Amino acid sequence: MAKKQKTPIDAGKAILQEVTDGPAPSKGGNQKRRQVLLIPALAVVTGLLIGAIIILLTTEEVYAGFRTSFGAGMSAVWNSVAKAYGALFAGAFGNPVRMVQALFSGDALEIRRAFNPFLESLVVSTPYIFAGLAVALGFRAGLFNIGVEGQLFMGATAATFVGYALKGLPAVIHMPLAMLAGAIGGGLWGFIPGWLKAKTGGHEVINTIMLNWIAFRLTDWLLNGPMQRPNSGGVPISPIIEKSAQIPQFFGSPIRFHLGFFIALGIAWLVYWFLFKTTWGFNLRTVGANPNAGKYAGMNIVKNTILAMTLSGALAGLAGANQVLAITRSMAMGLSSGYGFDSIALALLGNSSPLGVVLASLLFGFLRNGAAQMMVVSKIPIDIISIIQALVLIFIAAPAIIRSLWRIKAAKVGEEGVTVTTTWGGGH
Amino acid sequence: MTPILQLTNITKRFPGVLANDHINLELNQGEILALLGENGAGKTTLMNILYGLYQPDEGEILVRGEKITVHSPTDAINAGIGMVHQHFMLIPVFTVTENVMLGQEEANKLGFLNRPKAAARIREVSEQYGLEVDPDAYVKDLPVGVQQRVEIIKLLYRNAEILIFDEPTAVLTPQEADDLFKIMRSLAEQGKSIIFITHKLREVLDVADRIMVIRRGAVVGQTLPSEADKNTLAAMMVGRAVQLEVEKKPSQPSEIVLEVKNLVVADDTQQVMVDDISFEVRAGEIMGIAGVQGNGQTELVAAVTGLRRPTSGSIKLLGKDITHSTPRRITELGCAHVPEDRQKDGLVLSFPVKDNLVLCTYYKHPFARGVNLNEDRINKNAVDLIEQYDIRTPNAETSVGSLSGGNQQKVIVAREFSRPIRFLVASQPTRGLDVGSIEYIHNRIVEKRDQGTAILLVSPELDEVMELSDRIAVMYRGKIVAIVDSDVATKEYIGLLMAGISPETLPPPTEKHAVEATL
Repeated sequence: MAKKQKTPIDAGKAILQEVTDGPAPSKGGNQKRRQVLLIPALAVVTGLLIGAIIILLTTEEVYAGFRTSFGAGMSAVWNSVAKAYGALFAGAFGNPVRMVQALFSGDALEIRRAFNPFLESLVVSTPYIFAGLAVALGFRAGLFNIGVEGQLFMGATAATFVGYALKGLPAVIHMPLAMLAGAIGGGLWGFIPGWLKAKTGGHEVINTIMLNWIAFRLTDWLLNGPMQRPNSGGVPISPIIEKSAQIPQFFGSPIRFHLGFFIALGIAWLVYWFLFKTTWGFNLRTVGANPNAGKYAGMNIVKNTILAMTLSGALAGLAGANQVLAITRSMAMGLSSGYGFDSIALALLGNSSPLGVVLASLLFGFLRNGAAQMMVVSKIPIDIISIIQALVLIFIAAPAIIRSLWRIKAAKVGEEGVTVTTTWGGGH
Repeated sequence: MTPILQLTNITKRFPGVLANDHINLELNQGEILALLGENGAGKTTLMNILYGLYQPDEGEILVRGEKITVHSPTDAINAGIGMVHQHFMLIPVFTVTENVMLGQEEANKLGFLNRPKAAARIREVSEQYGLEVDPDAYVKDLPVGVQQRVEIIKLLYRNAEILIFDEPTAVLTPQEADDLFKIMRSLAEQGKSIIFITHKLREVLDVADRIMVIRRGAVVGQTLPSEADKNTLAAMMVGRAVQLEVEKKPSQPSEIVLEVKNLVVADDTQQVMVDDISFEVRAGEIMGIAGVQGNGQTELVAAVTGLRRPTSGSIKLLGKDITHSTPRRITELGCAHVPEDRQKDGLVLSFPVKDNLVLCTYYKHPFARGVNLNEDRINKNAVDLIEQYDIRTPNAETSVGSLSGGNQQKVIVAREFSRPIRFLVASQPTRGLDVGSIEYIHNRIVEKRDQGTAILLVSPELDEVMELSDRIAVMYRGKIVAIVDSDVATKEYIGLLMAGISPETLPPPTEKHAVEATL
């Protein structure tokens, strides 16, 4: 009778419920499956529409236009949105006209420049994929890993250390070794809250947040102390990693597109295989979806929790290692532009399925990369993308908003309606 | 005389389902109308419409001949309609008075709560209808039966004329249920009108003035208790003849399978819930544990299945000590477990049927090759078991959460019974199920017994324990007060033991000295 008191953590659990109750990517439930795709798509569209309204409200020309006449106002409305989103698109995918011209001109540098926006979007997407997978794996195991950012830092730091401290190794060994170091660094930072949760019941949300701060300050100290680049003049930055540890980029400047993107796709497939094709994954998903049933069926909750948090941390660590080894080539505090926090949105958007996370990461990558161009062309601050991302996340977390905006019937209403009356509803 | 309540042509559709199909219902003043039907027949939907939780697609509600619209429970209460829910809507840390006045607080001129005035009114109401309750007691300190009285008082306090009772006896002991029936009679005699929703046949025959049976959303018949018996009612509910009594041969117990010695188990708050009990269960017999919920049965089952560490004592399964074994080891020794809360503990509702069917065996041959799941075998297993256990599901991929309660239970039974097992723990195996499903599950349990499985059956439903068990152990406050052979035990005798009456003070159930007091 006595309902448990609601805590802030219950809100997180509610989100978690929404996620873990999502259908596994298997056959069946046609209507429901269609909504799995439809809701995120409409959430993105709605986010862009509201983003457009915000752009209008903050654009001086629109107000000036409406002061002149209604017609001038409307044309200013059209112009500013078209300009902004046009620039966003061009920044994300590139300008098709320029691409064709470049191909005809045969100028190698111009070709690279023309195709760079699209490839750069993939580069931006790469850390999102790793980090999104980290959160998704946690969700599947019923754990809310908010510590991806900290795990990412620990992974990056570990990878950097292996990258510059070991010398003379061949690239085929050094680069994978540095990636592995990243996974271990992040994994360790995931293991700690996992162990605390399993053994003491300490909630992973609290502990991962706290460990984020420890990771930031630890990295800060390392970069100002033992790991500081000699002769850096007091700047907190690590030495540059060895060439053999670098993740190779495929093309010349300015294209940064690198092997890490394909490694990310490979890891996504690996996570899918692990979660849905192995006994470990079955175990993990069962405990995540209903720990009681898992316990009754003889599964080891303690082992599962620790394993899931460690793996989640390792994936986050790979995100950090990827950035260092492929892009920055040295470690500094400005490494991450909030990948760890965006990754929560990605996992939600991707319904915690590896394929969904990859698609969501691409979306975020294209938006982020396009926004840089948009800022240059139409003077719209890049922050608008953060607003759009936040809106998308809100709509994903509260699908009822999208359903009512777009007049979609909730999936399986019928069966829910029946369930109300057919089950015994919780306890006689 | 105009009926106090009339429902005409009430129809409610959910996508793909006709939950209520042109239902007509009349309730006269001072009458107890029993609404009988299986789970999912549409009784709860109908009452939710009456109570304003759903809107009907068609049909009208008339109170004293006047049409009313009910958009919310508030509208219903204003129209004099009140509902006693299956799950109480009480705040445990508030007193009875505070709970009753909640939402309709008595206040003095300064806006302060006037508790004494409300308490006086509660005393008045409780005396008038024989609802004994202390207005100043905290709800958390009250037994379940009394809490239910508080719910009733809440309605009377709001001047409800039509009272709806939704499965009110589910949480009560047999004696408490009898008290409730007395209260219902007293309410009816004083002019209140009652709709009593249930799927328990005995209760309907005991208390109702008139019986209406609903099946698949439509009224299939009306009858009077004097003209009906359990079998005819069950047939009306299910739509075919149902065999209510379990047919079973005398048991042939052989070797000891489960041996519990001096077992002590504490709950999470370190309170001793199982207090030094010893018993054994033999192959080929069903040992029933009777007792009001909360007298240690849950903890006993948890200890036997490895889910809770006993404080002291020992448990042996097939001669092997399992006192401190993990659930998985106990499962692998041949123990099957049908948990008391199938949705919370027995199933992963968001998983498909096929995955739920291998929840205990997914890691073993043939369902796994190394770490890889063998999906072909998992699918085949599902198809076979769905057929063999008659699980009504669109397919093996459907999530278990969208199945009916009976079919969810069949998934568990199929999973547990299809393994080679020597020992079965069944906790409330038919909780909340309808007559048809109960018949099915009972027959399967007896079948397992006849195959030589030792069975420990725990249920607060005395009827179930009496029907299925070969021996009955009665638990009261963590102790087994007596173990009785079921063929000599009477219901009254067991009921008194459940209420804590010591067996020494009772005459033995029959002339045979079948009672072994174990105190």
